[in-house]
Amino acid sequence: MEPRISLRGGAFRYDKRDIFSDLDLDVHPGEVLCILGPNGCGKTTLLRCLSGALKLGKGTVWLEGVDISTLNVVELAKRIGFLFQEHTTSFPFSVLEVVRMGRAPYLGLFGSPSETDTELALAALERVGMLPIKNKPYTQISGGERQLVLLARTLAQEPEVILFDEPTSHLDFRNQALSLEMIRKLSKNQISMIMTTHNPNHALLLPDKVALMKSGKFVAIGKSSEVITEDNLREIYGIEVRVFTVSDPQGGGTLKLCSPWFR
Amino acid sequence: MSRIKVVILIAVPLVLGYVSLFLGRYGVEPLTVVRILLSKIFPITPDWSRSAQTIVLEIRLPRTLLAMSVGAGLAISGAAYQGMFRNPLVSTDILGVSSAAGFGAALALLFSGNALEVQLASFALGLAGVGLTYLIARVYKTTPVLMLVLSGVVVAAFFSSLISATKYIADPDNKLPAVTYWLLGSLSGASYKNLATVVPMIGLGSAGLLLVRWPLNVLAMGDDEARSLGIRTELLKSVVIVCTTVITAAAVSVSGLIGWIGLMIPHVGRMIVGPNHNVLLPTTLAMGAAYLVLIDTLARTITPQEIPLGILTSVVGAPFLAYLLRRTKGGWK
Repeated sequence: MEPRISLRGGAFRYDKRDIFSDLDLDVHPGEVLCILGPNGCGKTTLLRCLSGALKLGKGTVWLEGVDISTLNVVELAKRIGFLFQEHTTSFPFSVLEVVRMGRAPYLGLFGSPSETDTELALAALERVGMLPIKNKPYTQISGGERQLVLLARTLAQEPEVILFDEPTSHLDFRNQALSLEMIRKLSKNQISMIMTTHNPNHALLLPDKVALMKSGKFVAIGKSSEVITEDNLREIYGIEVRVFTVSDPQGGGTLKLCSPWFR
Repeated sequence: MSRIKVVILIAVPLVLGYVSLFLGRYGVEPLTVVRILLSKIFPITPDWSRSAQTIVLEIRLPRTLLAMSVGAGLAISGAAYQGMFRNPLVSTDILGVSSAAGFGAALALLFSGNALEVQLASFALGLAGVGLTYLIARVYKTTPVLMLVLSGVVVAAFFSSLISATKYIADPDNKLPAVTYWLLGSLSGASYKNLATVVPMIGLGSAGLLLVRWPLNVLAMGDDEARSLGIRTELLKSVVIVCTTVITAAAVSVSGLIGWIGLMIPHVGRMIVGPNHNVLLPTTLAMGAAYLVLIDTLARTITPQEIPLGILTSVVGAPFLAYLLRRTKGGWK
């Protein structure tokens, strides 16, 4: 099967410093790739390059065989969705209005959403379970709800690839779980997803693929259960870590989890 | 938006515009005003004085129309800028258009005093001032909002000092009062001639802003985010800047510096119809027209001598906005 999105020989320099170099990756339809690594390792820059917002210094991002540097912002927005980590808005737009913004790539400079666009926005809200709050001001909902509303907006874009920049970083335990579950659900609809995260356990809960990144290089890339090892985690984070295989006391199978290990 | 709000928003400026035609030192009966207006279309035998006809048709009507256009234009420009800059403190002169246009007018008043030349110089310098701001703000083929605001501050400060310099060298007996009075804002120079030059500019600028009113919502989420949603942010920002600058420069060129409308009306509009620019922009158009025609009518009726508009818009506007801010606790509703 052809990869949906792939990176070949990707490199990015800023201020004469390599942010990352020589990166290759492939994500297939319906696959989730987690990029795991310490602060400042270049994850977010890599994600921004994959979205086309930043231009690679060297190498190419291929989206189903097309070099994304040949696509304009509108074509990119129809195919690649991006969920930002930092996000501020001063206007209390309604939740529905925010989700309708996902239709912007289909509307042009002078456009405004039609009945159909509104229906698509409502369907997207329904999919993430946020339909009941559609008329609430976006500025007055909780962080968890906001994350899901932004996901609904991205779904309204109807992209083939969704990029998440630390989707769980500001969320409580429950909302982290809900977000991860939502990502798993979406992968069953053939959407390819790439997310950066600080939590190796999140990568273990999304069992497809993980890339471990340190100082702008991939230390390892592959199936999460094979790549997330004590040695690899020690190498990228520089701390002592243990990986456990635990079995569900209620008989639901086994799961790998990791934790820092204090002596 | 509910139908009743739409009706009110259309009716209020029309009613105020009508009232402004019969109020003034020379009283004209409200019904006579209607018949004078209709006599232009239907054959009605005049039973009113010639001076009533002249005052209504030649003095008050152009002034009322100009007040409505200028008010509408300044208000929609302020709303568009507040959205684009994602900041409630922004008003139409954020990029320096008013100071630059004011300097153009002051210069022309100093050297000639011909009304048309003042208007032209003011309009041209208004455009040039914003052009300068845009050039200063442009880095790496983008114009970040923060750079625009800072460059605007620089350019506005520069032209403000030039205005002061003009005042300093102006002859204190005749030129200085003219410059000072002009800068305070007035619509007393209204005529069909300057309506014909200014209304098309304000109309085109407002039409441009109305065309991009929905994408402005997306832009209000931030440049990066808007780009990821397929908005050509640089193009959209240029459209907004060009439209707003044309409107404001045209308005200033005939009316002088009338502050507050571009800051206050969008706030009040948001309190009434919410932040969605799809609805907010047409709303501010109507509210701006109503507000300035009201203020201008007050300016020429409450005292024997006309009060400059720039003073009255803030004297009436500031307490009103203060009251609204207290009531809503600063919330952007």
